[in-house]
Amino acid sequence: MASCAVSDLPDGRRVIALAGRLDAASVPSIWDPVHRALDDAPARPVTVDAAEVESCDGAGIALLVDLASHARAAPVEVVRMRPDVDTLYRQFDLARLEHDLDPPPKPLGVVPEIGRATYRVSRDLAEMVSFVGALAAALAYAIAHPASVRWRDVWRICERVGADALPIVALISFLLGLILAFQSAVPMKRFGAEIFVADLLGLSVLRELGPLMTAILLAGRSGAAFAAEIGTMTVNQEVDALTTMGLDPVRFLVTPRIIAALLMTPLLTLFANLVALAGGALTMETFQIPLVTFFKELDSAVDITDFMAGWAKSFVFAFLIAAVGCMRGLQTSAGASAVGDSATRAVVSGIILLVIADGIFAYLYFVLDI
Amino acid sequence: MADADPLIVVDDLTVGYDERVILEHVSFSVARGEVFVILGGSGSGKSTLLKHMIGLYPPLEGRVVIDGRDLTAAEGDERRDILKGIGVMYQSGALFGSMTLAENVRLPLEEYTALPAAAIDLVARMKLELVGLEQFSGHLPAEISGGMQKRAAIARAMALDPPILFLDEPSAGLDPITSAELDALILRLRRALGMTFVIVTHELPSIYAIADRVIMLDKRTRGISAVGDPRVLRDESDDAYVRQFFRREAEAAAA
Repeated sequence: MASCAVSDLPDGRRVIALAGRLDAASVPSIWDPVHRALDDAPARPVTVDAAEVESCDGAGIALLVDLASHARAAPVEVVRMRPDVDTLYRQFDLARLEHDLDPPPKPLGVVPEIGRATYRVSRDLAEMVSFVGALAAALAYAIAHPASVRWRDVWRICERVGADALPIVALISFLLGLILAFQSAVPMKRFGAEIFVADLLGLSVLRELGPLMTAILLAGRSGAAFAAEIGTMTVNQEVDALTTMGLDPVRFLVTPRIIAALLMTPLLTLFANLVALAGGALTMETFQIPLVTFFKELDSAVDITDFMAGWAKSFVFAFLIAAVGCMRGLQTSAGASAVGDSATRAVVSGIILLVIADGIFAYLYFVLDI
Repeated sequence: MADADPLIVVDDLTVGYDERVILEHVSFSVARGEVFVILGGSGSGKSTLLKHMIGLYPPLEGRVVIDGRDLTAAEGDERRDILKGIGVMYQSGALFGSMTLAENVRLPLEEYTALPAAAIDLVARMKLELVGLEQFSGHLPAEISGGMQKRAAIARAMALDPPILFLDEPSAGLDPITSAELDALILRLRRALGMTFVIVTHELPSIYAIADRVIMLDKRTRGISAVGDPRVLRDESDDAYVRQFFRREAEAAAA
C-alpha cells in the first residue's frame, strides 16, 4: 500500500511525503489527494519527498513524472529517491513527455470534410474512367489478337463462375418461381384467373427477374471473388511483379475474368429462367393446372422478344459485375482488412450498377416499345 | 569503377507518396557487372527507392536511366522493352500462387518470346536448376519453404536473361545458412552471366560477402549519407551515423 502526507514548512514550502509501494494497485488511491495538494496552493513551491517509497512500477513512475512536470506557478521537485527508483525515473525526459508529440489529427470542420469527401469521390470517378479506358484497350487488343488471351485462365474461371454456380442458381431460381407462382395464384384463384399465373410468371421471369437474380448472385459470388483474388495478388506484390515484367495487369488479370463472365452469365440466365418456370409450373400443379396447360398459356403469353429483352441484359450485367469486381481488386491498399474492404466494395458497387443499368434498360424498352 | 560505363543512372530523383517526400534530390549510378547494395535504417526509403528505380511509381522529380534509356519518360512498347531488361525479386517472392514454379518461370517466356513450348519448358527447368530447384518444378509456391520461394523468384526474374537483377531484401527471414547460399548464388550468377545486381538489404554479413559498393540512405537528411566500399566505410567514414550503423550492426551480428 502507498500513502501520502502533506505538511507545510514555515518558509512557505509544501512537502508531500510519499511512502510504501507505488504500483498500479496503490497509485489510484493517492493520485487525487496528491494532485489536490498541488492545486490547493498553486503559489507554494512543492517538494515531493520520495525517501519512504519502497518500490515503483510504471504507474508509480508515471505519478512522479506527472508531479515533476505539473504545470503550475511555483516549481515542483522530486527528491530523495532510492537509487533503484531514481534509475527508473531517469529513463524519462520530462520535457518530451509534457506534450503528446504525435497528437491525433484535429477533426476538420464541415467545409473541409465536404471538400475532402468531394475529392475522394472525384478521384474514385477518375479512377473508374481510366479503368474503363484501360479495359476497353485490353478488350480491343484481345479481339484483335485472340492468341494473346490466356485461355487456360478463361476456362478455369468459367468453371468457377459458371459450373460451380449451378446449384445455388438452381436453388434460388426454383424457389423464386415457386414462391412467385404461389403468392400470385392464391389471390387470382378468387377470380378463377389462376391460369394467368403463367403469363405473370413468364413475363416477369424472362424479362426481369431471371437476369437480375442471376446477376445479383454473380455479384455476391464472383464479383466478390474477383475482388478478393486480385486484391490478395495486389497485397502480395504479385500485381507489382506483373507490372515490372512489363505485363499489363488489366490484360493479364481482368480480360480473362470479363470474358469468362460474358460467356457464363447468359448461360446461367438461361438456366435460371428455365428452373424458375419449372418451379412455377410445379406450384400450379397443386392448383389443378396441368403442366401442358401451363406451358400452352406460357407460350401464348410470351414471345421471343420478351426472352431476348431479358437475355440481352445478362451480357451487360456480366460485364458490369466482372469489371467492377476486378477494379476493386486492383484498387486494394495495404493491410489485413484491405482485401475484405475490396470484396465488400465490389459487391456494393456491383449491385448499385446493376440497378442503375436495369433502370436504363426499362426506360429504353419503354421508349423503343419492346 | 562507378562512372566509367554506368548501366543505371539515378539522376536528381525525388520520391514520395502524395505530399510526403521520402528522398530528395538523390543521384548515383551503378556500373555494369557491379553488386550494388542500398542500405539504411528502417523508414529511410530503401524499398521506395527500389520501387521507383524499377518504374513501379513515377518519381516526383528527376529520372532513372537504364542502359541509356529513360525509364521515367518511356511509355508503351519502349517501356516494355526497358522492363524486359530487368528482373525483380520482391521481398515476399511474389510468385503467382495459382501457378507451379515451372509455370511461374515459363510465364515471361511465353509472353515475350516465340519459342516453341518444348523450348520454353526446357529453359524454365534450366533456370530452376540454376537456383537448385529443378526437382520442385511442379510444386505450388505454398508447398515449398520461404527460402525456396525466394530462389524460385530469382529464377523467374532471370527467365528472360535480363542484364540487371533487383533484389528486395533477399535474405530477410532466412536462416544464416540459407542466406549464405543465396549470397553464393548471387556471386555465381554474376561470375557466370556477368549480371548486375541492385540489392536492398541490411544483413551486414551478406553485404561484406557480396557488395562492391553500397549507398546508405539517411532518414534525417532524406538523402544519401555515404557511398563506397562497405569495409572502407566501416573503418574510415567520417560520418558518425555511418560508423554507428556499421559498428552497432556489427556488434549485434557478432553477439
